[in-house]
Amino acid sequence: MAKNSNGLLCKLGIVKSPGAAVPHRKNTKDCATVDMPVPAQVTLVMQQHIGAPCTPTVKVGDEVFVGTIVGDSTAPFSAPIHSSVSGKVKKIDSILMQNGSKAQAVIIESDGQQTVDPAIKPPVINSDEDLIKAAHDSGLVGLGGAGFPTHIKISPKPEVKATIDYLLINAAECEPYLTPDVREILEDSENIVEGMKMVAKLLDVKNAVIGIEDNKPEAIKLMTERLAQVKIDGINFKVETLPSRYPQGAEKVLIDQCTGRQVPPGKLPSDVGCVVMNVTSIAVLANYVATGMPLTTKRLTVDGSAISEPKNVRVPIGTPIKDIVEFCGGYKGTPFKIISGGPMMGQAMVSDEFPILKQNNGILIFDKQDAEVAEPSACIRCGRCVNACPMNLMPTKLEAYTNIGNTDELQKLNIMNCMECGCCSFVCPANRKLVQSIRLGKGLVRNASN
Amino acid sequence: MDGKLIVSSSPHISSTVKTKNIMLDVIIAMIPALIASVFYFGPRALALVCVTVAACVISEYISRKVMKREQTIGDLSAVVTGMLLAFNYPATLPFWIAAIGGVVAIVMVKQMFGGLGHNFANPAITARIILMTSFALRMTTWIAPFAWRGAVDATATATPLALISAGNTAELPTYMQMFLGDRAGCLGETCILALLIGGIYLVAKKVISPIIPVCYIATVFVFSAVLGQDPVMQILSGGLFLGAIFMATDYVTSPITNKGKVIYAIGCGIITVMIRQFGSLPEGVSFSILLMNILTPHIENLTTPKTFGVGKEASK
Repeated sequence: MAKNSNGLLCKLGIVKSPGAAVPHRKNTKDCATVDMPVPAQVTLVMQQHIGAPCTPTVKVGDEVFVGTIVGDSTAPFSAPIHSSVSGKVKKIDSILMQNGSKAQAVIIESDGQQTVDPAIKPPVINSDEDLIKAAHDSGLVGLGGAGFPTHIKISPKPEVKATIDYLLINAAECEPYLTPDVREILEDSENIVEGMKMVAKLLDVKNAVIGIEDNKPEAIKLMTERLAQVKIDGINFKVETLPSRYPQGAEKVLIDQCTGRQVPPGKLPSDVGCVVMNVTSIAVLANYVATGMPLTTKRLTVDGSAISEPKNVRVPIGTPIKDIVEFCGGYKGTPFKIISGGPMMGQAMVSDEFPILKQNNGILIFDKQDAEVAEPSACIRCGRCVNACPMNLMPTKLEAYTNIGNTDELQKLNIMNCMECGCCSFVCPANRKLVQSIRLGKGLVRNASN
Repeated sequence: MDGKLIVSSSPHISSTVKTKNIMLDVIIAMIPALIASVFYFGPRALALVCVTVAACVISEYISRKVMKREQTIGDLSAVVTGMLLAFNYPATLPFWIAAIGGVVAIVMVKQMFGGLGHNFANPAITARIILMTSFALRMTTWIAPFAWRGAVDATATATPLALISAGNTAELPTYMQMFLGDRAGCLGETCILALLIGGIYLVAKKVISPIIPVCYIATVFVFSAVLGQDPVMQILSGGLFLGAIFMATDYVTSPITNKGKVIYAIGCGIITVMIRQFGSLPEGVSFSILLMNILTPHIENLTTPKTFGVGKEASK
């Protein structure tokens, strides 16, 4: 996506203007984060990251504190899970996840005291390995939504590390409604700066850049001031102002905007010399190094047409959605859709009993009107999806070839490069389920190549 | 919480621009040209438009009914087709022929191929060509502007392109007359000013990209000049602006890639000039667009954009 995607030629429709002009609806951006009262019980799912699931390290009846490890794995590609409350382990159960798979979960009954585990103390950091171990021990995963274990991300192989010259901090927050990242900047900028310094030194980069969309001027101003005070030889710290055009926060788009480099299909950011981290992740890491407190709470935006009091709340991980709704004044009318995440890429939930995971950043509750799914009509070939696709694909053709199951054509049209941002479906005047079909098409291609 | 939740795949919000709004914008964009046609050719122009639109909408309704498919007249695309087709009629055309044109456009060209989005050629243009070959004389019986007020002799007159074709350049209207539409021709094609207003509206509302109209008209200008014609007269004549702004830009039958649009528009321009210069017909806009409509899928396949991250070096 070119930097001038809001330029005159794009406005005139002569040059492709990737992305979509989604409504911002950042209703909660001025709502300071409030702490939620301790819930009666939390459900800590053993799969809160990409990678190997954890196995419970506690038994029913065990006493746990805030920060006690309750789930861990010996696999390197994983992250430990800590208790977010103090209390007793009530049950270890297998629960049905939103995506239909089953996962183990540790259910803890809270004693309401929030006693911190006495073992918690700031880690001693004397070497790069110590910092990577700290990232692992903090239980940190990519908090932007993907849940990629952070300690893996910041420990590339030596030959890869030598090529990395950019640390990018993703604070674009391009999803409508969501504001936890802008609140993170406004409320916790010191930790962000500390975290950036730490990881920039660890990765030995030349540039540490934080990307923020231009609809958050107060966050841009604050970070610019903070980073101006940072003086480390050989590392250039700066803020990159991004246009507020969805999806600036998509990893590949962010890299292109900040560095002008494009990650080739099937490759990783490190292949173009970049490591990208979410802004809240970097702050949590810095906080862990300073205090030893692992990731046990998460800031969420609670918003939508069917919630009484939209808020930014800090909740213990594992809190059921319904408790959070209750804290936000309950439902306004009848809820018809509950979304975990933003409206562009978030997941619609089947019930409000689900617990909050580490990588969740918003709960949206929609009334009937907002929740309704419009009936698709015929494609009029207007080309809006082609114009909007940040990956330069042809969504309408991908949909057509998916419908007839032609995986050869799907591969020729680079279907696997789709990152499922949803711009195509958003802009479609015929309400066609483009990205939805493309997801199916990607599955067909995966099956065909197996 | 009682009641069930709606669970659907993301995204959960969508743009407010829908097919119906787009069609409505096209209709709005055609209104200046409609007003101009009534101004020059009288109330009969309006009546012809109404008859054609009615024929289109009714035949769409009946054909969907007969084929047992869901009703689509609400998307307003049949209204757009009807208006465009009527813009291609001379003011003298009998109403029954106007109605036949509507039926042909909707039933034969659009619905038989699956309805909106599936027709390979522009219904209005194809219907016009069918009428031209079926009722050649009636489709080319022109009257002078203002004849309806009795201001001038109401006998048949020639279009500027016919005059050029016949080598009779002395009787040609001035550039300004051509621009304002004060000349013989089809209902909606004469007033360039009105068509331009409509075109600017469509570009401003992001309904169309200016690529096709600009490249099409520019190609005709340059190529006519190369062939020794008066390029200004050539672009102001015939149905070029109507075709370039409203017909060649038809979503369904033009390429969706920007590169494809350029190729398509240049192709339209070259064929138009070739027909005007070397063909036996004085005008070639309809045929050129129809021919390029047929090439659209191939142009699109040849201009599939390179996906993100391919071809651009990961330069350090």
